[in-house]
Amino acid sequence: MTLTAPPPTRVTPPATAPARRRPRASGPRTLISAADLHRHRVAYLVVLALTLVAFCLVFLFPLYWMASGALKSPQEFAQNPPTLVPHTVHPETYATAWDSMRIGRYFLNTVGYALGAWLVQLTVAVAAAYALSKLRPMFGRVVLGAMLASLMLPAAALLVPAYLTVTDVPLLHVNLLNTPWALWLPAAANAFNVYVLKRFFDQIPNDLLDAAAIDGAGRLRVLWSVVLPLSRPVLGVVSIFAIIGTWKDFLWPLLVLQDPDAQTLSVALSRLANTSQVPPTQFLAGLVIASVPMIAVFLIFQRSIIGGLSAGSLKG
Amino acid sequence: MTQPMARLRRKAADNLLAYAFLAAGLACFALFSWYPLVRGIVLSFQQVNFVTDPWWVGLDNYRALFDDPLFWTAWRNTLVFTGMALVLGYALPFAVAVLINEFRHLTGLFRVLVYLPVMLPPIVSVLLWRYFYDPGDGLFNTVLRGVGLPESQWTQSPRTAMISLVLVSTWANMGGATLMYLAALQGVPGELYEAAELDGASVWQRLRHVTIPQLRFVLLVLLLLQIIATMQVFIEPFQLTGTSSPDTITVMVLIYRYAFTVNNDFGLAAAMSVLLFGVLGAFSALYLRLTRNAD
Repeated sequence: MTLTAPPPTRVTPPATAPARRRPRASGPRTLISAADLHRHRVAYLVVLALTLVAFCLVFLFPLYWMASGALKSPQEFAQNPPTLVPHTVHPETYATAWDSMRIGRYFLNTVGYALGAWLVQLTVAVAAAYALSKLRPMFGRVVLGAMLASLMLPAAALLVPAYLTVTDVPLLHVNLLNTPWALWLPAAANAFNVYVLKRFFDQIPNDLLDAAAIDGAGRLRVLWSVVLPLSRPVLGVVSIFAIIGTWKDFLWPLLVLQDPDAQTLSVALSRLANTSQVPPTQFLAGLVIASVPMIAVFLIFQRSIIGGLSAGSLKG
Repeated sequence: MTQPMARLRRKAADNLLAYAFLAAGLACFALFSWYPLVRGIVLSFQQVNFVTDPWWVGLDNYRALFDDPLFWTAWRNTLVFTGMALVLGYALPFAVAVLINEFRHLTGLFRVLVYLPVMLPPIVSVLLWRYFYDPGDGLFNTVLRGVGLPESQWTQSPRTAMISLVLVSTWANMGGATLMYLAALQGVPGELYEAAELDGASVWQRLRHVTIPQLRFVLLVLLLLQIIATMQVFIEPFQLTGTSSPDTITVMVLIYRYAFTVNNDFGLAAAMSVLLFGVLGAFSALYLRLTRNAD
């Protein structure tokens, strides 16, 4: 399943991660009782061990194969049967890939796009959510409804007309192809962000805002000094998903970044896979470099990501 | 007399300020969501060549679609992909979640492992699996040879191409559904299992009569999400088998092909998108209704 954004349901604030790990022995009752598990201790441990082995083989081994394959010499990589542990280690392959495939450039491109998309998405969504939640303008509900309705549009359906919009923006008549704005502006039209932030802002008591207003704070000042500091958890979740989303995106950047110099790492890797004769070890190094930031983000923000997904899921 | 006027003026000022805050959001949604929806529908009745203005052709685009054998192939392939992805990508995460949920150890580790591939950029997963699928000395064939099983052509044979795409896709994406099932499983009241057990229900009966009914809502929502996501499959066929293979061409790949490779026919691609939107819109509406009511 390709979940580009977590489902727009109840990431009710504060999106703190629920207990990630169940208490060991006396957890809530599940399918099989604790007593039964204890009685069949050996069977339990065998199943646990088998599952662990299967999980490592299925989910971890491909990543190990990728990272270690990049370390092998090209001769060793081509060898059959393949070696499990590289006989000779060539970390310089990563450096070579960084230079010769211009991975460095695409990497920095992607970092720039991700940071910009994060900033633009957050600015646009926070301002909109603040207006809808606290300034409550006329037709606010209509506006929110129209934004939420866009969640029903599969991205696929908008591909061609959105592409044409980028090539010639209505009214302004500028061409955004191969510019960062071609990624940033469509990403900012994200109803999920607005919805989650608005739901969170709704929970902030108006008394708090009124008190700040009496102290002479303007609307912008209230947003900056009262609302935003209180919203750190939800801002964190939105930020993580914004950055991950940009890093993983493929089809849209493929369309709007045709100039190789402007491409993201994903698009460049796809192009290089189809056109060039890069040695496989170097290519694998490129794949690893593309994955490392995401895996690092995941390991650091595990709690928020898994918690966000779980909180965003649904109680039956 | 002056007081209502002053209040009116303040209200106008408040509204103005609110819409100033909303302006950027409204502009982005208008440009990249609302307007493209209308334009896409209009475009599907037009012919575009970028030299002259677009002109109306009525239903010609749709007629051309129905006459194109690839159109039917793409829909059939997409349905096959979605069907297989449901069997695998829908049932497997559920089974895995039920299993992990029984464990008293390492549950955190299992969650991290199953979600790890979801974090990879999708193009990385696909390009990595290209090495595994290599019909010569690819990892899978090496393993098959090692245990004495017949080798496979994987993505390069019409018989196995589609299932190969489903396998990568499932590997790369099953983590999300698994975590959602796990979260839902935590919410099943333990007394229900207790009571069922007292009534003499076996493990399977408890699964069948307690777990599944309790998770009915999540199961339904994830079914919809899975259908919506898999019907838009693109990267796997695009990268592993190309945009012209009739064995694996899908609706999204055909839209891409119409608009950006062979034909450069935006009207045709828009018509195809409108049809896809029609099919997916129904599922999306159902999904939104369900989840909004859950609040």
